[in-house]
Amino acid sequence: MRILIDKAMKQYLNIILAIMAFLWTAQPAAATSSHGDGEPINPKEIIFEHLGDGYGWEVPFNHHKRIPLPIIVFGSDGLHIFSSSRLADGKEYRDGDAIFRIAPKDSPYHGKVVEITDGVESRPLDISVTKNVLALFISVIVVIAMVVSVLRFHKRNGMRAPRKGVGAIESLIVFIYDGVIRATLGDKARKFAPYLLTVFFFIFTMNILGLIVVFPGGANLTGNIAVTLVLAICTFIATNLFGTKHYWKEIFWPDVPLWLKFPLPIMPLIEIFGMFTKPAALTVRLFANMMGGHMIVLVLTLLIFIFSAMSTWAGGGTTVISVLFSIFMLIIDVLVSFIQAYVFTMLSTIFISLAQVHEHHHEEAEGTVQEA
Amino acid sequence: MDLFTPDFGLIFWMFVSFAVLFLILWKFAWPAIIKTVDSRADLIDKGVEYAQSAKQQLDNASMEAKKYIAEAQRQQAEMLREADKMKTRIIEDARAAAQKEAQKVMDAAKVSIEQSRKEAEQSFRDQVSGYALDIAQKVVRNQLADSKAQSALVGQLLDEIESKN
Repeated sequence: MRILIDKAMKQYLNIILAIMAFLWTAQPAAATSSHGDGEPINPKEIIFEHLGDGYGWEVPFNHHKRIPLPIIVFGSDGLHIFSSSRLADGKEYRDGDAIFRIAPKDSPYHGKVVEITDGVESRPLDISVTKNVLALFISVIVVIAMVVSVLRFHKRNGMRAPRKGVGAIESLIVFIYDGVIRATLGDKARKFAPYLLTVFFFIFTMNILGLIVVFPGGANLTGNIAVTLVLAICTFIATNLFGTKHYWKEIFWPDVPLWLKFPLPIMPLIEIFGMFTKPAALTVRLFANMMGGHMIVLVLTLLIFIFSAMSTWAGGGTTVISVLFSIFMLIIDVLVSFIQAYVFTMLSTIFISLAQVHEHHHEEAEGTVQEA
Repeated sequence: MDLFTPDFGLIFWMFVSFAVLFLILWKFAWPAIIKTVDSRADLIDKGVEYAQSAKQQLDNASMEAKKYIAEAQRQQAEMLREADKMKTRIIEDARAAAQKEAQKVMDAAKVSIEQSRKEAEQSFRDQVSGYALDIAQKVVRNQLADSKAQSALVGQLLDEIESKN
């Protein structure tokens, strides 16, 4: 009993300390900005810096230090690999004969590694392990670890059901497999389940890791259009590569009056357009949702600094409100992380199942319509 | 604004990471996990089915048992009734038989009594007639001394016989 009370007291104390720490850190920030010794804050720049990619990984409580990451570029004279710490603070770095630097703000390649030849910037082929790429690798490892934990439990315990963490992961697997994949695809579920389950767990892990503020997390991965685009392209490939003959017939020679498809292929054009709007919708939905969530939290945090520039008291008040709202938004984002991963998986499943149609399904549908 | 323009490096690494992740999980994890989960679901389904059928059987058995018990009770009641009936019948029969026997004994007794009575009567009669004859002999012997009296008696007897006939 005493231990319980002690524990509760400790938690309570921690919360109070956390709030005090927030208020306390806000005060000097307010003080410095109200004295006006620094440049005025540019919210847009800060937001996009945090949402975007970078050649180093920020560490907490230090604005200049970055965890250095490898830069891999194919310059004019071949492959160059070096640490991003060599380009820190806009320094130029000579590797062999090529000179590299991170493009300054006024350059069209702002924030990217450029090669300088005769004073002119050019963008080399850049496959650096950036913050987002490293976050991708971490996500891959986390997903594999999660899935392998279930696999190992099954190997060790046969058909017994796991409990706790492993049980949670397994119930997620069953939730997606039974509730989405098998419910939609029926007897073809086993064929597409590996892809769809991988997509779900990968997106879910990336979403959740993106919400963790410090090192292993914090990269806005699924809020980056490149990531969602690749996932959508994979679904597009899975849909069309395994599409049935009937699916292709429906696209190029659909069951509509002849004038809608013969001299002018109106319906086929619409269908082909539809093939591409599906992955586009997938791309934008996930990207916009996750980026929006991150952006709201960032804006709420920045409000503290904007109001602190006005007066200390406005800053203090905003701090409390902003922190509360940020916590609320982050909790909502945890929900959104799951929902968006679920929605992406569900829509992928539906798109794939739409390409798995067979002649008799259609006839059955037609039959019922005629009967009706 | 590189957020909206996909970066080649990230696309490249995303493809690589996703392909690696997919291939690893496809090859080693998902089919095995799905198989286990499916077979567990089958096992549970079978278990439920088994439990249901067991319950059904148990219900059937208890119903059967109840039926048997009811049947047995019915039979028992019938048997009791039968036994009761039989008992009364046996008693009745016994009573009837006893009565009959008693009747027989009584009849026999009656007959023998009658016979004894008849015999007694007969012997009494014989004795009486013997005594009467003796007496009569004696009387006749006494009276035959007087021939007049003899003829008077014969006459009287003849009269008597005549009047009787």
